[in-house]
Amino acid sequence: MTIAVLGGAPVAAWAGDWGMGESNAKIPPSSIFNPVSTPAREIDTVAFFAIAITATIFLIVASLLAYSVLRFRARPGDDSREPAQVYGSNPIEFAWTTVPIIIVFVLILVTARTIYMIQAAPRPPGALSVQVIGHQWWWEFRYPALGIVTANELHVPLSDRHSPTPTFLDLESADVAHSFWVPRLAGKTDVIPNKKNSMWIDPQVAGTYLGQCGEYCGTEHAMMLLRVIVEPRADFERWAAAQKNPPVLDAAASHGRIVFESTACVNCHTIRGTAADGRFGPDLTHLMARETIGAGVAMNTPAHLKIWVNDPSQMKPGALMPAMNLGGKDLDDLVAYLATLR
Amino acid sequence: MISSPTWQRSAERGELIMAGSIEHEIALGRARELESVPILEKLHEWVVTVDHKRLGLMYICGGLLFFVVAGMQAVTMRLQLAMPNAGLVPPEVFNRLLTMHGTAMIFLVGMPILTGFFNYLVPLMIGARDLAFPRLNAFGFWLWLFGGLLLYFSYVAGDGLSGAGSAPDVGWFAYAPLTERAFSRGNSTDYWILSILLTSVGSTATAINLIATTFSMRCEGMTLGKMPVLVWLSLVVSFMMLFALAPLSAAQVMLLLDRFVGAHFFDTQAGGSAVLWQHFFWIFGHPEVYILVIPVFAFASEIIPVFSRKVIFGYAVMVAASCAIAFISFSVWAHHMFAVGMTPAGNAFFATSTMLVGVPTGIKIFNWLGTIWGGKLRLKVPMLFCIAFLFQFLIAGLTGIMLGVAPFDWQLTDTYFVVAHFHYVLVGAIIFMIFAAIYYWFPKATGRMLSERLGKWHFWLFLIGFHLTFDTLHFAGMKGMPRRIYTYQPGRGLDTLNLIASVGAILQAVAVLILMINIVKSLRSGELAGDDPWDAWTLEWSTTSPPPEYNFAAAPVVRSRRPLWDMKHPEDPDWRYE
Amino acid sequence: MAAAPAIASTPALAWKATLPYCGRVGVMALILTESAFFSIFVVAYIFYIGKSLTGPYPKDVLSPPIVNTICLLSSSLTIVLAVRALHSGSIRTFGIWWLATFALGLEFLAGTAMEWHRLIYREGLTIGTNLFGTTYYSLVGLHALHVTIGLILILVVMIFTVMGYMDRRHIERTDVLSWYWHFVDAVWIVVFTTVYVIGR
Repeated sequence: MTIAVLGGAPVAAWAGDWGMGESNAKIPPSSIFNPVSTPAREIDTVAFFAIAITATIFLIVASLLAYSVLRFRARPGDDSREPAQVYGSNPIEFAWTTVPIIIVFVLILVTARTIYMIQAAPRPPGALSVQVIGHQWWWEFRYPALGIVTANELHVPLSDRHSPTPTFLDLESADVAHSFWVPRLAGKTDVIPNKKNSMWIDPQVAGTYLGQCGEYCGTEHAMMLLRVIVEPRADFERWAAAQKNPPVLDAAASHGRIVFESTACVNCHTIRGTAADGRFGPDLTHLMARETIGAGVAMNTPAHLKIWVNDPSQMKPGALMPAMNLGGKDLDDLVAYLATLR
Repeated sequence: MISSPTWQRSAERGELIMAGSIEHEIALGRARELESVPILEKLHEWVVTVDHKRLGLMYICGGLLFFVVAGMQAVTMRLQLAMPNAGLVPPEVFNRLLTMHGTAMIFLVGMPILTGFFNYLVPLMIGARDLAFPRLNAFGFWLWLFGGLLLYFSYVAGDGLSGAGSAPDVGWFAYAPLTERAFSRGNSTDYWILSILLTSVGSTATAINLIATTFSMRCEGMTLGKMPVLVWLSLVVSFMMLFALAPLSAAQVMLLLDRFVGAHFFDTQAGGSAVLWQHFFWIFGHPEVYILVIPVFAFASEIIPVFSRKVIFGYAVMVAASCAIAFISFSVWAHHMFAVGMTPAGNAFFATSTMLVGVPTGIKIFNWLGTIWGGKLRLKVPMLFCIAFLFQFLIAGLTGIMLGVAPFDWQLTDTYFVVAHFHYVLVGAIIFMIFAAIYYWFPKATGRMLSERLGKWHFWLFLIGFHLTFDTLHFAGMKGMPRRIYTYQPGRGLDTLNLIASVGAILQAVAVLILMINIVKSLRSGELAGDDPWDAWTLEWSTTSPPPEYNFAAAPVVRSRRPLWDMKHPEDPDWRYE
Repeated sequence: MAAAPAIASTPALAWKATLPYCGRVGVMALILTESAFFSIFVVAYIFYIGKSLTGPYPKDVLSPPIVNTICLLSSSLTIVLAVRALHSGSIRTFGIWWLATFALGLEFLAGTAMEWHRLIYREGLTIGTNLFGTTYYSLVGLHALHVTIGLILILVVMIFTVMGYMDRRHIERTDVLSWYWHFVDAVWIVVFTTVYVIGR
């Protein structure tokens, strides 16, 4: 769905939404005030407190300002005598210094408490650890304990409020600074090369949560999106098991596989069970298990895959994957092969 | 229209120019002489000038020109973001727009306009003839202008993709390692570095000049405690510039060394630290925003009293609070880095200092309120902008407190909430007060009044546009919209908010156009101002409009903070109460 | 700007005498900003101590430049003596101490150049070798640049002296220049401590 601007001139294909609008509409907005995970919930609480205090201050001071502007206007018939010149008042200055200091003191205490609660939370021995590696402009997820490598869509098990099973994310970058941000789950934590950060989430409501990179990282920073799929423990383990196995080889797609292995694809991508073991781009072993492609820029359909493989800049201009410029049959077969990677 | 009052001439002092006096006639005559000089000669005079008034006006005009350019860049961005996937500009172009808009607004609009006003006003307000180092002043200006032109020259000179220009596209704070050679090939980042190095040297020169002037050239009787608040704050800002600009220049030299001779300051591959750049940058960056806002506190402290017809409430506290702000502002920088992964203790420290700096800032708002209280407000255009400033700066400060709550910041940082917050400061406080200052001092600089009618149109349109844009953007941030994105997907709940924000941008642009028309029209045919159209109290209003080159025919002698109040109210002078 | 006469004859001149010489305020402001500038390089140096991934390392290649340091710090003494001579009006003595200052500063630069030659060609340490090389050359180099600028200014004054233009009217300006030179020496003390004491 393209939008014509400036007098109806047709706009580049990359202005399409590739089915994402419809898909996004089914997911609640990523509001920071709709938390489902403890860090986000703690932040929501302290935020509410901060807003309450600042809103009260605003109402009081703004009312005084408004009142003074209205009450002390010069009236038309006024004589030109100057009003009484008041140079200052030490008691008043003392009062309106002390009260703000007290307010600030309270805020500082509440803030410090929340900081420690979130950042200094201990890592329980059985907690799931995911290694998150930020790339320009996609996300790599490795589950070392489970032997899984995937990209852009993070599956985590549902946690329970009373017996929490948090997921800890260890954040690293392969290139420049990024930031991992899924508002309903937690605040953002930066992903910086040569620095290991970590954060945790314990989502208590199953579903899909949207986020995106929160630190400007170059051309396609805007389209370095995140999808976190929270599912009950049983479903999560089924997903993990499926991810661990190499894909079933479909004889019908063998020509496509040959195209894949003989083109430059193998330099950047890994498909377990084949000769492809590149690390620059996402692992494609279970590509079709993902809902989107291009780090969330398009819904994962064969039609969209075809456009992406042929020329990614149609969907994501500046993406580091080059246009493969394959001929008609090669392209079709390749896409057919990719479509078998469930 | 307030006519210039005639004052009692003190027999033994003979200091101020009295309307109708010989000195006054000479000054007016000189002004008339200059009008009949041919244009090329006039241009040459402006190019070679070392006069602080002319250089001040050149800074302000140059800054306003860049304001229009960078403003148009902002409007373009808002048009692109008005709808999801708008396709108006591709991401490369958008990223250059956001970098250039931010960089230009800070270094080519904010700094020159504000220091331009100080350049113009400080010598006049302290009864001096010029700044301490007039040639250094000129050097600083031309260096600044060259730096500004160099930045925009990158659009033409570069080796960007497909022959397009390569303006910098790394964001105005240019985080490493995005700015290292590996990730920013081509010379766009080098243009960013070099142009800002140049403008920073110019700003540092101005700061040194203002400090030397303030200490060494005050007129007789003007002890430090009798200087107008504006002069005090220009001193505070200048000291801040000495300590804040140097870290930025140092970091940029380091980046240049990385990019050109293979140094490893921010090269993470060699063990360098990306976070180190952030620390160095924000050690500059946070004081910088106070360097931008304290001058407008200075304007407010001069304009609000005159239009309330009352002395500033709590002079000593205002000065002390500003010094406190300046001092504390050097300890808050890492609140821009709450998400970087500092220790809990580090985050707690910076949250504390950030919230503490809000205390003296609040005190200043209360003191302005105290000035208005019990006054007789004249709601002329300068005062309208001041009143809007008070409300908007209050809100900006409060959203700043919210951002100081570090965990809340973990959600809000790098989102449109922060964009809304800092535009509330940069536009809602700073630009509004720059407008106020223009309307207030334009008569002094040119001898003519700006049109009140056009001024009111300017004010109301800009006010409505400003709020449409920046009120709504707070909510976009809270709904998950990060900053520096060239587009967003539909269905995320961001469409309507962005559309409203973009409409506001158009209104602001129209309002600025009205201001430009007002300036051009009034220069030609504005109402004649006389020496003291606002019935004000500081020394600049005691000389002609515009002042003669030498500022004052006889060096003034003062006895209080409001020498003209003393002249106009000999039965009740200030020096009895100070 | 001339110094105030010994007896203030009018209120205006009496007032003027209470205000500092603008050049002095200016150079103090310059010193403040330059201190901030140097501090960042010192912080970077200290931050990166021990973080180089490969050698050469400081303890392998650095030897404290004692002679250079003595020369540079002595030049602060000679410049004080020069200004004092100027106060008492003996231009010849001023010229001698001023020349001594220049020579000592020049020795410092020459010594630094030799040290760098050894580090680059014998030890293989350049600005791009590792974090130590980066921080060492930038910090010491920045200081050397300031020494060079100081020497150029001192040379200009020297030329004026030789041509006969120097006299007691220029005391204020010469004193202000000497303050810059003292600053450069003070920075060397910090740099020396950072590089050769803390960083080894």
